[in-house]
Order: sequence, then C-alpha cells, then structure tokens
Amino acid sequence: MKVMLVDDSKTMRTIQRNILMQLGYKEIEEACDGQDALSKVAGFGPELLLVDWNMPNMDGITFVKTYRAQGGKSPIVMVTTEAEKTRVVEAIKAGVNNYVVKPFTPDSLSQRINETLSRTKAA
Amino acid sequence: MDAQQITSFVVSTHQVFSTMLSLAVTAGKPYTCCAVPKFENEVSGIIGMSGDMQGMVVLSFPTSTAKNVIRAFTGMDMEPSSPDFADAVGELVNMISGAAKAKFEGKNVSISCPSVVIGKGHKVQQPSDAVCITIPFECPAGAFSVEVAIKSAKSAANPANSNQHGAAAKAA
Repeated sequence: MKVMLVDDSKTMRTIQRNILMQLGYKEIEEACDGQDALSKVAGFGPELLLVDWNMPNMDGITFVKTYRAQGGKSPIVMVTTEAEKTRVVEAIKAGVNNYVVKPFTPDSLSQRINETLSRTKAA
Repeated sequence: MDAQQITSFVVSTHQVFSTMLSLAVTAGKPYTCCAVPKFENEVSGIIGMSGDMQGMVVLSFPTSTAKNVIRAFTGMDMEPSSPDFADAVGELVNMISGAAKAKFEGKNVSISCPSVVIGKGHKVQQPSDAVCITIPFECPAGAFSVEVAIKSAKSAANPANSNQHGAAAKAA
C-alpha cells in the first residue's frame, strides 16, 4: 500500500515512517506542506494519507479540501496538535476520514490507521 | 493569563514528554520571567499564539539537556548545528503549545509554525504587555523550562487593561 506523509516537521515524518514500516508499509512518500503534497499525489497515487494541520505555504485543511475537490478519494488521517472539537468537526467536513491528536503513541496511530482502512474497505 | 492556563502547559509538557519521549517530567514552582533564570538559555523553540489568546510560548534548554531530549525523541544523536535538531525542537514546542491551547475552554486560539533559536546566552524578548511566567521542569535528560507570555485578546484591544498587564510584569 502506498502511503503519503504530509508534515512540515522532518522529525514527525520520520517517526510516522518508522511506525508505518513496523506495520509493514514500505511504499512511503513524504511531502513538507500542502503544496508539495498536491504536486506529488498525481505521480505517487497514495492509497492513504497522513496529514498535519499547521504547515507553511499550504496548511493541511486547505490541502484536504483541494485534494477532495480534485477528485482524490483515498482515506486521509489528520495527525495534528489541533485537538479542539470544533477543529475535528471542521476537518471531518473538509473530507478527513480519521483524526489523531499529537502527542500520540505508536499504538494509537497504528490503531487509527487500521480503523480507517477497515472502514474504507467496508464502505 | 490565569492559573488554569499555566496548569494547561504543565499538563501538556508532561503529556508530550511521557508519550513521545518516554521521559517523566517534574514541574517546579512557576516564577515570573523577571526573576533570575535557573539556567542559561542555549536552545529555544518559539511558538506564537493568536486569536482569543495572544502572545508566545518558549521551550528553552541548556545544550546538554536539549541533546539528551532530542536523542529520546528521535532515537538519534544530533548536534545543534544540524537542521534536524532545530526541526525536532520546533516539533516539541508545537506539540506542547497545541495540547495546552486545547485545554483553554471556550477560546479560539491558533498557533504559528515554530521558530528555533540556538546560541549561548540568547534572550527571547516576550511581549511587554503580557505577564511572562517561567515553568521550570526537571527530567532524566536534565533541566529545561517553558516560558508563557499570553494575554486575552480583550486585554490586547483595551489599552487600559494592556497597561495593567505591562505594569504587573514590570513590578513582579
């Protein structure tokens, strides 16, 4: 499965990459903001995206809206420090499938990824 | 800024360090930033807050503590000259600030992308019209601090209130 990590922090992308590799995902692409992600989605064709909210150039919520408007259908998990309920609702309305609040444990991220993929398969 | 908001930063720092670094932290007694700091700042991660609360949050370490903390966070030994070192410090202050602001009930607050300053004896100038509180922490990686200087947007919009905050900071 192809997974795209969209986060302006290289440290966070590396942490997420390590967790994904432990889960058996090997095809992983990284993007440092929403603009970078938009330029890579067509070529890479991600089947799952993990997206941060606060990023320079283009934030995560703008990326999600643009990706969905362009017909992108792959499941998106937002991984962010934005924990307020209003933000979660805003993200879901924009087209996010699941939500992980930083800080997270490897187990909680794995659980949300598996949950998201199971739901998508069932739909 | 009230005691509950300071508590939010204590709790969020504890959450970030225990969850992402597997380090238990102990908070000391908060003091105003006018008091003599317990150590010299050598590495600082800075986040701005805007919206219903405005100001900034600074996560500061001596270099030795920062190196230990970053090793616990990333699993790698890094020198402060590495861009990845600054990136990791920025992500830590981002998570601490984000988790703290989520506890500000009924407040709509946004945080900026982090900035990181590295250099011996630097000082981050906090806003003059907000009371600055330093929360000292100890953990197995060493001592560090979280400085918080935030005020409600109402205070910012009202010069009278703003002056009161400034006076409190100077008098403390």
